[in-house]
Amino acid sequence: MAQHQIQVKINGTDQKAEVESRLLLVHLLREKLSMTGTHIGCDTTHCGACTVLLDGVPVKSCTVLAVQADGREVMTVEGLEQGGRLHPIQEGFRQEHGLQCGYCTPGMLMTGYALLQKNADPSEAEIREAISGNLCRCTGYVNIIKSIRHAAKAVAAEPAAK
Amino acid sequence: MEPKTSAAVCGMGHSMKRKEDPRFIRGQGRYVDDIKLPGMVHMDIVRSPFAHAKIKAIHTEKALAIPGVLAVITGETLKGFNLHWMPTLMSDTQMVLPVEKVMYQAQEVAAVIATDRYIAADGVEAVEVEYEPLPVVVDPYKALEPGAPVLRDDKEGKTDNHIWHWETGDRAATDRAFAEAEVTVKQDLYIPRIHVASIETCGCVADFDRVMGKLTVYMTTQAPHAIRTVFALVAGHVGLSEEKIRIVSPDLGGGFGGKVPVYPGYVIAVAASVVLGKPVKWVEDRMENLQADSFARDYHMTAELAAKRDGTMTALRIKTLADHGYTDAAANPSKYPAGLFSICTGSYDIKTAFTEMDAAYTNKPPGGVAYRCSFRVTEAVHAIERVTDVLAQELKMDPAELRFKNFIPADRFPYKSALGWEYDSGNYPAALRKAMERIGYDELRKEQAEKRARGELMGIGICSFTEIVGAGPSKDFDILGIKMFDSAEIRIHPTGKAIARFGTKSQGQGHETTYAQIVAEELGIPAEHVQVEEGDTDTAPYGLGTYASRSTPTAGAAGAVAARKIREKAKKIAAYLLEVSEDDLEWEVGKFFVKGAPQKAKTIQEIAFAAYTNHPPGMEAGLEAVDYYDPPNLTFPFGSYICVVDIDRGTGAVKVRRFMAVDDCGNIINPMIVDGQIHGGLSMGLAPALFEEISYDENGNISGGSFMDYLVPTAMETPNWETDKTITPCPHHPLGAKGVGESATVGAPPAIVNAVVDALAHLGVRHIDIPMTPERVWNILKEKGVAE
Repeated sequence: MAQHQIQVKINGTDQKAEVESRLLLVHLLREKLSMTGTHIGCDTTHCGACTVLLDGVPVKSCTVLAVQADGREVMTVEGLEQGGRLHPIQEGFRQEHGLQCGYCTPGMLMTGYALLQKNADPSEAEIREAISGNLCRCTGYVNIIKSIRHAAKAVAAEPAAK
Repeated sequence: MEPKTSAAVCGMGHSMKRKEDPRFIRGQGRYVDDIKLPGMVHMDIVRSPFAHAKIKAIHTEKALAIPGVLAVITGETLKGFNLHWMPTLMSDTQMVLPVEKVMYQAQEVAAVIATDRYIAADGVEAVEVEYEPLPVVVDPYKALEPGAPVLRDDKEGKTDNHIWHWETGDRAATDRAFAEAEVTVKQDLYIPRIHVASIETCGCVADFDRVMGKLTVYMTTQAPHAIRTVFALVAGHVGLSEEKIRIVSPDLGGGFGGKVPVYPGYVIAVAASVVLGKPVKWVEDRMENLQADSFARDYHMTAELAAKRDGTMTALRIKTLADHGYTDAAANPSKYPAGLFSICTGSYDIKTAFTEMDAAYTNKPPGGVAYRCSFRVTEAVHAIERVTDVLAQELKMDPAELRFKNFIPADRFPYKSALGWEYDSGNYPAALRKAMERIGYDELRKEQAEKRARGELMGIGICSFTEIVGAGPSKDFDILGIKMFDSAEIRIHPTGKAIARFGTKSQGQGHETTYAQIVAEELGIPAEHVQVEEGDTDTAPYGLGTYASRSTPTAGAAGAVAARKIREKAKKIAAYLLEVSEDDLEWEVGKFFVKGAPQKAKTIQEIAFAAYTNHPPGMEAGLEAVDYYDPPNLTFPFGSYICVVDIDRGTGAVKVRRFMAVDDCGNIINPMIVDGQIHGGLSMGLAPALFEEISYDENGNISGGSFMDYLVPTAMETPNWETDKTITPCPHHPLGAKGVGESATVGAPPAIVNAVVDALAHLGVRHIDIPMTPERVWNILKEKGVAE
């Protein structure tokens, strides 16, 4: 199996790795780099537990090859907290009980974060559409929507938090 | 209900933010697949493409030739240890790996162990299996016909596919009541196979330490202690002894009943670790999860109600047939083959009832685990709540009015049901009245009449369910003879902080928070200073696990009782410190004080310190207690749900416009968490009502075996759940609480079906089976001439 040298900026830090052509990005993160915050919930790009940002855009890392991330920037759930301070999206999920088992949560957080980057004040309908590629079996989504609204308000009140 | 404790103490009634969240929102949860041990290798499974076939040969040479493949384990390997079959909870038997034949599509056939999960998958591809297909039986009715192929020919003397027959109630009296009834209605219902599909699939890391002889299994299990005992009983003959088995259930990404059974993959991984002397990780993918793990439901029912012309229900008769797949591996710890189905008289004062149930083998994976409900309760509630609406339709009565007429009156509790259950407490009319007020029932009926006149299809559905949860009293339940108590062990540290360990295992329910609140309520130690642990059999007290909405009814009760035992000892210490008699002391949250002299007091923290530094002579040091709580009865939470739907005449799509859920689970520990449980439960009621189904063609090929076609609802389909509550305390639980996790999954489907049928009732529609997909509904619209 062909090996490739890749370099990916993950949460702001350059990481080099030697990978097989077939290695999935999610396995690069979880197995090679031991960053287990990104989860795997299906094999068909439906559940979104593995959502990360690739050059700022949410992607399902179970259907992206690690080599496709070469020379690009990846942001994972581990990159949300900055300088010991939670991002408002993380705080929002805690305040509004937007998680239960926590398994879909990293993917939801990344999708919610990406939504707020391009839409600072999303409506309920916009949030529902944005997270429609992320499955949650525990919460019924109601509190996830509230959590993202909570974060939007916090960001608006304190733009530096963005 | 006003909390008794301050926000700083955070006992019952406070919506405390969850203690587990800080790790989850940082991606620092520790799930099974996150565990990486030194020298760990990976396992992947070869699965059968056939639903029923003889295995003629398994060729492993090509797989073993792949660099990195360490071993291929087959049924023959396990047969060498007599581990190729294992017992099920229902005293049936299940293959770990087959030797003679496979019994369902996707059944485990062999396992490949390799240094890397990609190489293990390569190995799976390289294993060649020769099969000889056999006749397939997928329909349980056909399975019971004379001349059907006998599937379990491994069982000596077995000549058919019938598993068991069970009856409950008074057949003769019920038949008589039906013969004499002014009105009778009869409805066939089918609930298809569905799958809990927790977002985390199942898996384990089995780590056998050859030197110490100790097996540690990190495992996606809702019942770690029971698993340990099962392993000790099943593998005792190969030297696994219970003190050398440690089951660790780390963070679980949902459970809902799907993580109760012992799946073959766990056992093969253990065997592989023992054989190789290395830690072996097995994590199934989503397709394996949906295709091979235990299913729920697959239940055929015929429900009949007898009534007077004025709507008074007089008798209920139900006949059912359960499709259990090729083995009865039901996760049913009750002493009754059909579990708690006999709750089917529901919320109504029906004096005479009879149920008759059978089960059959088919060429499907083992079925009959729960899907977020106690065993067969959802089926029972579906039957009674549907047939109640059928009766309302027959009598041209409003379904709410019919329910009010038949509710068990609030002053009749505890109530003995016709099928033998003692309902603990309830106020059914109050819950329905509240739901009707909150949703504006009368206005909705007016709106519906206007819309109907314009040809628009709008429906309103009610479900007034009674649940039966909290397994359970030892007269009704056991697992391998082990009574279904649960446990708590609380230790107070010298500085007045606590650690509390429980025999249950949270899968997202927030035990670390609610249990801490229970201890805070009883001892006045702030919940933030109560560390809760569960899931490690080496440290937690023995318990039967979390399912059946049993954690609060059993382990939560144990927590309260253990805390009260601690308080008893604390009182003796306080009396010693204050130099008064125990009888002179009174308890107020967090301290004992002298009656009439409240300034003379000792806080629980002062008492805790004294327990280690200055305890009374003759008393042993320390401040701790353990309790094993065997509940005197089950708990019977209830509620009334009202659903409003609109149906698109062009597509047949059902839109749930509003859904009002009024739940009563007795006294509430954490209102925020209870609300979250109801939201989730409602979503898992919506799912089978409208979307989810796993079906099989006549050759036993599965459809619905991946998220491509098994439709778990997204945020787009899920409505904005509206919730409210009534509070009717449980009379026998130390905190007055009942279970709640499953209520909404049980109560939501009939409310949604009743709403859809209500929208079409004027066209002569009386029943629709679930899932009510656009296709199914559109075909009805077409048949009735209203499709656009």
